[in-house]
Amino acid sequence: MTLLMGAVAYDPKVVTIWGGFRSWLQARGLPFDFVLYSHYERQVEDLVDGKIHAAWNSPLAWLRAERLAKAKGRSVSPLVMRDTDRDLTSVFLVRTDSPYEKVSDLKGRTVGLGAIDSPQATLVPRSFLREAGLTPGDDVTIRRYDVGVGLHGDHIGGERDAARALLAGDVEAAAVIDMNHLLFGREGTLPPGSTRVLAQTSTYDHCNLTVVDSAPADLVKKFGDLLLSMSYADPEVRPLLDLEGLKMWYEGRSSNYSLLETAVEEEGFYDADGSVTAEEYTP
Amino acid sequence: MTAASGVLDLEELGFERGAHLLVQQALKGMHPGQELGVTGADPALTVHLEAWCRQNGHRVRQAVDTDFGIRAWVVRGRADLDRWAGAQRAGSPGVDGIVENPPADWGLAARGALIESGGPQTPFDITHRDLVWAEIAPALYASAASAQWDPNTAIDWNADFTLKPEIEQAVVQVMTYLIENEQAALVIPSKLLARVHPHFREVLQLLAVQAADEARHMEVFTRRALLHGGEMGTSSVSGRESLSTLLEEAEFSMASFLLSVLGEGSFLNLLEFLDKNAPDPVTRQVTRMARRDEARHVAFGVAHLQHQADLDPSVRHRMRAAVERRYESLVDTSGLNQDVFDSLVVLAAGDWTPAAIAKGYDSVMKLQSEMDDGRQRRLIHLGFPSSEAADLSALHTKNFM
Repeated sequence: MTLLMGAVAYDPKVVTIWGGFRSWLQARGLPFDFVLYSHYERQVEDLVDGKIHAAWNSPLAWLRAERLAKAKGRSVSPLVMRDTDRDLTSVFLVRTDSPYEKVSDLKGRTVGLGAIDSPQATLVPRSFLREAGLTPGDDVTIRRYDVGVGLHGDHIGGERDAARALLAGDVEAAAVIDMNHLLFGREGTLPPGSTRVLAQTSTYDHCNLTVVDSAPADLVKKFGDLLLSMSYADPEVRPLLDLEGLKMWYEGRSSNYSLLETAVEEEGFYDADGSVTAEEYTP
Repeated sequence: MTAASGVLDLEELGFERGAHLLVQQALKGMHPGQELGVTGADPALTVHLEAWCRQNGHRVRQAVDTDFGIRAWVVRGRADLDRWAGAQRAGSPGVDGIVENPPADWGLAARGALIESGGPQTPFDITHRDLVWAEIAPALYASAASAQWDPNTAIDWNADFTLKPEIEQAVVQVMTYLIENEQAALVIPSKLLARVHPHFREVLQLLAVQAADEARHMEVFTRRALLHGGEMGTSSVSGRESLSTLLEEAEFSMASFLLSVLGEGSFLNLLEFLDKNAPDPVTRQVTRMARRDEARHVAFGVAHLQHQADLDPSVRHRMRAAVERRYESLVDTSGLNQDVFDSLVVLAAGDWTPAAIAKGYDSVMKLQSEMDDGRQRRLIHLGFPSSEAADLSALHTKNFM
C-alpha cells in the first residue's frame, strides 16, 4: 500500500517541495505519493472519508478535520509540524503618526483584514477585537481583502493588500501575521518606521500534517519518523526545507489552537459536525 | 543547561533596517543552546525578533522583570551551522589551489569560495585539469589583457592612399578570406569556453580574450575590405569545408591543436607575409595588429599540448590521428580558394607585368614553404620526430587554417 497525502496547491512550489520529499521518502523505503487540492475544504473531507491518509493542513483545516472526524466516529491527529508553525502571533498595525494607543481606540474606525478564511489575518484578529470589546461590523468597520479564498490565508496577497490600504489611509488599522510585518518592512511595502504595532495577539500554532486513524499505522509511523529525521545538514533535503520554510520538523501538537477554535465558534465558521457555515465563504 | 553569552544592545536599530546583522554577528561565537540577551529601543523589537528567530532556526525566551533591560533572550539554534557543516573550499584562489577534478556541483562558484554542499549539477563536461591546463595560461592571460587595442584608434583609417583597382580587389579578397577564418577562430574557443569547468578560471579568461581578439580582427578586416567602397570577395566551398572540420572537433586538446597550433600557426606566416607585402598602410596595420594577438593563441595551444604530451605521450597518437582524420575528410576538396591564392600572388606582385607576377608567385610559394617549416618546428617542439613532423605538416589543410 502507498501512503497518500493531500496538499493544497497554493503556489507552484508545492509540486517542487512534495515531489522532492516524495523521492526522498521513497528512497528510504516509504511508499509515498501525494495529490493536490485547489482548497482545504475538499482535502479535509477526503481525509476523513479515508480517500487520503494524511493531509498537510492549515490550522483552520485541522480544526475542521477534528470536527468532521468526531462526527463520523473517527479521529485525526497532528503527526508533525514545522518549527515555524509553533507560537505565532498576529499584530494590529497602525500608521506611526496615528493617535491610537490601544485596540479599543479603533472604535468607529475601519480595520483592514485578510481573506475571509485567513486564521492569522481575519479569524484570530476578529476574535481579538471582540475580546477588546469591539464587535466586528458593529463597533468597527471591517474591510476584507479576499485573495485566495479557500487557501486559508496561505496566499500572502490579502495581508499585503491590507498593509497597502493602511499606508494609503484607506483603513486605520490592519492585521497581519508577525513575520509578514517584518517582511513588508524589508521588502518596502511598508517603509520602515511608517507603521507601528498597536497590539499583538497571544501565540497560536499554524499548520500540521494531519493523519486519520484509518490510515495504515505502520506507514504513518514510518512517515513521521522519516520526516522527523530530516536534517538541515543534508544537502538533498535542505533546499526543500528552505522552500517549505522550516529548519526542522517537530512532533505535532494540538494544544495551541485554542485562539482559532474560539474564533471559529464566535464566527460560526464551521458547525460542530464540521459543515461549512460561514457566510460569504465560497472556496 | 544553557549559559548566557552576553547582551546585545540594538539601540534604535530595528529588524526592518538590518538589526538581524548584529544579532547574527553576536550569535556567531556562541554554541547552540546558549542564550543572548537582546535589548534596544525599537518598539517592534520583540515582535520582529521572534519572527526572525523562528524563521532562522533560533528560539526566543521571554524576558522577565528581573532581567533588567533585556527585552528578550535568543536561544541559539544550529541551522546556520548545519547549512555549512558539509561545506568545502573550492581549492584556493591562486594557481597552486587548482584541484585536478572539481565536482560538477561546484558550478560557477569562485575558486577558493566556501561551497555549500548540494546544489545543481552544471553542464560543464571538460572538468579535468589536464584536459585544459597549461602552466603559461595565467601569464598569457595577463599579457593578452594588457595588449588589448581599440580598432578605432590603433589603425590609421584616414591614411591617404590609392591602389590600382585590381590590387584593391586582391586586398578585399584576402580580407574576405581572413574574416571567414577569424569567424571560425572566434566560434571554436567560444564553444570550448562554455564547456570548461569555471574552476579553471585562467583558461576561461584566456579563451574569452582570444574570442575578443578574433572579434576585433573581424572588425578591422571588414573595415579594410570596405574602406574604398568595393564589394566583398568570394567564399569557396572548399574553404568552408576546411573550417567546418574544425568546428566538429569535440575534444578540447585536439581542437586546440588543429586550430591554434596548426591553423593559427600557419596564419602567423600569412599575416607576416601580408604585413611585408601590403600595398597600403591600413592593410599593413591591421595584419600586424592581428598577428600579435595570434601569436598568443599559438603559444597557448603549443604550451597546452606540450603539457598534455608530458603527462601522457600517447597524446601524440591522438594528434596524429586528428590530422589524418581531417585530411581524409578533406581529401576530395580543392583546398584553398583559387581567388585567395591568386590575390596573394597579385598582392606580392604589386604590378601587372610578367616579371612582377613571377615574383609574386615565388613569394606565395615561399610563404607556403615557410608555413610548412613553422608547422614542422612546432610539431617537433611537441615531441614528434622530424620525419613524422614533415609527414603531418604535409597533411595539413591547403586552406591554411
